[in-house]
Amino acid sequence: MSKFLQSRLGTWSGFAAAALVLFGLAPLVLSGFRLGLFAQFICYAIVAVGIGLAWGRGGMLTLGQGVFFGMGAYLMAMHLKMADAEFRGGPGSVPDFMELAGIRELPAYWAPFASPVFTVAAILILPTAVAVLLGLAVFKRRVKGAYFAILSQALAGAFAILLIGQQSLGGFNGLSYFRYFFGFTINDPVNQRMLYFITAAALLGVVAVALQLRRSRYGELLVAVRDAEERVRFLGYDAANVKVVAYAVAALFASIAGALFVPVVGIISPASVGIVPSIMFILGVAIGGRATLVGPVVGALAVAWAQTALSEQFPSAWTYAQGLLFVLVIALLPGGIASIPALAKRLKKTRTASTPAEATA
Amino acid sequence: MPHRFSPFKGRPARALAASAAALLAATVAAACGSRAGDESAAAAESCLDTSGDTVAVGALNSLSGTMAISETTVRDAIYLAVDEINADGGVLDKQIEIVAEDGASEPTVFAEKAEKLIREDCVAAVFGGWTSASRKAMLPVFEDNDSLLYYPVQYEGLEASENIFYTGATTNQQIIPALDYLAETGVESLYLVGSDYVFPRTANAIINAYAEANGIEILGEDYVPLGSTEFSTIVQQVDAADADAVFNTLNGDSNVAFFREYSNVGLTADQMPVMSVSIAEEEVGGIGVENIEGQLAAWNYYQTVESDANSAFVEAFKAEYGADRVTSDPMEAAYNSVHLWAATVEAAESFAVEDVQAAAGGVSFEGPEGTVVIDGENNHVSKTARIGEIADDGLLYTVWESEGPIEPDPFLEGYDWAADLTVTE
Repeated sequence: MSKFLQSRLGTWSGFAAAALVLFGLAPLVLSGFRLGLFAQFICYAIVAVGIGLAWGRGGMLTLGQGVFFGMGAYLMAMHLKMADAEFRGGPGSVPDFMELAGIRELPAYWAPFASPVFTVAAILILPTAVAVLLGLAVFKRRVKGAYFAILSQALAGAFAILLIGQQSLGGFNGLSYFRYFFGFTINDPVNQRMLYFITAAALLGVVAVALQLRRSRYGELLVAVRDAEERVRFLGYDAANVKVVAYAVAALFASIAGALFVPVVGIISPASVGIVPSIMFILGVAIGGRATLVGPVVGALAVAWAQTALSEQFPSAWTYAQGLLFVLVIALLPGGIASIPALAKRLKKTRTASTPAEATA
Repeated sequence: MPHRFSPFKGRPARALAASAAALLAATVAAACGSRAGDESAAAAESCLDTSGDTVAVGALNSLSGTMAISETTVRDAIYLAVDEINADGGVLDKQIEIVAEDGASEPTVFAEKAEKLIREDCVAAVFGGWTSASRKAMLPVFEDNDSLLYYPVQYEGLEASENIFYTGATTNQQIIPALDYLAETGVESLYLVGSDYVFPRTANAIINAYAEANGIEILGEDYVPLGSTEFSTIVQQVDAADADAVFNTLNGDSNVAFFREYSNVGLTADQMPVMSVSIAEEEVGGIGVENIEGQLAAWNYYQTVESDANSAFVEAFKAEYGADRVTSDPMEAAYNSVHLWAATVEAAESFAVEDVQAAAGGVSFEGPEGTVVIDGENNHVSKTARIGEIADDGLLYTVWESEGPIEPDPFLEGYDWAADLTVTE
């Protein structure tokens, strides 16, 4: 089975099946509201793919992906607010929330976001560049393990506090009330479906990139750095650079997810980028199986789905049920949901090999 | 150990990239929705079904997360009002059924659950929300789906959506009366302390404008992050500034730390009174009566308000939830909101959103705080302003109240000195 999945045919059939579910089945069986919700979950899954790469393959426990998610989201939100203001009041208008906050002049750093091209470029480049600089500063100094985890989490906390203080970014309330997405009205059900398709396509794209990275020489190097950094360094590689690449790719994925999250959900606020959401991202990956390709995706979707389903079922007690679920999965399935097939196989093997004649090593 | 990584090079990558690009192109080509400038395609049709014996409404409050402690009290008040209406025969002879959802103290969850209540549960109206962030997150959902939200908490004003009924106070029913009261008692200088988010910032902008127009000196203006409990520096500054009074717009746990520090350094209500706008009966217990006795608060309702409607409300609430429970302003506003909705539906003889909107102006309810009337212009309600003093039993007692209900003025259009505060279109 796992051989098949690693073959080219297996890869293609895997992608085809995923595309069939995402583009065929989901829009068919889900109502407009549920499809929108699914798009939101897919945004989390995109972040999870990046974490799977950085943490699962690279051993970097990135507890602060909310920072990059938030960057992508706020950059996109700024463009949507600018486009909205322009549509309502002509070029140079101030977004509605600023009028309420008493800001009459458009802050200079907002102006370029009137351009869609600039915005998309910023979403792709800015968080990646920040991750590269940060990664170089951290990994060159050989900061790793718990120290890196604490650092990245502190960053997420600081980022949220910083945003709350910025009245010109909506402060604690964040940015909301988006009307148009690159010229398309957001509240039109047809366009909402398009947003879902774009999000689903982004997920497939991100998984394809992660797959290619895993299978490349770089991917092997990354695992080597995770398992024996000193040895890799001994062999003449710069382990820091290897880590920086994975960290930056994870940041890029998170930024893309954030940028899609904004039109899908319709609001971005510091509450969605701080420490708690960052931990939720990690949780999905851990539950799905961090070292596998599909595990993080499945885990992120499962956690988000469970949260919604449980809270709809038991609005006042769902947090206990969710906690219990986490404990059970981590206690019984330390390798995550993705380890179920391997576990089942091992179980079968031990059963067939109960006569201890030829147990394979 | 098998070699786990097949040494793939270029081909699959290129093929994958090509297929991804094709997929993206296909999806974008498939989109043909309305564009900016088109007459908005009709929003999703309401699935509200009124043929049965019951009608569903939503109760959307944070039952988990930091706001749960406050918002669960609002939920209790909503349930109480619904029970009363049902016992009284329901609305248009239909029993009300509540669909409860947890906002989880997160704006995105509020938006998600609001949409679920409207589109999956087909509710006639939703009651709930507390923070401005949660209301701002829900506003587009209610407008896009053309549904109704009843929002029960005092807030910073500067908003009027056709799809939201605001049953808590806006600034001219809370902040401005509080300032009038302080000015009346001879206060000539103020120190402002607040949490760093939209309500305190807007409130302080209003206070600054008011102070300038009325010759009150503002000796300091400090903000702390939400949830911050470090107040030694700020209280020292307050102490040194020696203002006539402090205007406190802190929220939540910060109040506990602030008032403990305040009484620690020996400041009392007699020397420098603190006027608070977010401390109600529920919060006094947490802060400790000994730290806050004699201090002032500005609301529209206290448990001690003397009226038949209030005695009945307090009695019914304690009978339902326990004698040790207290009633507070947001709870009362939530209780009113359910009754106002029911009265509006009865007046409109319809549950349909546009009928309710059309019939809302002038609908009134004899609430615990007094008569509240919906203003059809801005969907706020008229409310009586009250200044309360915290007594040693932990309750607040009215020391001043406005002459009758104050008309809502969310954009402060009736105040000349506030002209610079808002951009009117």
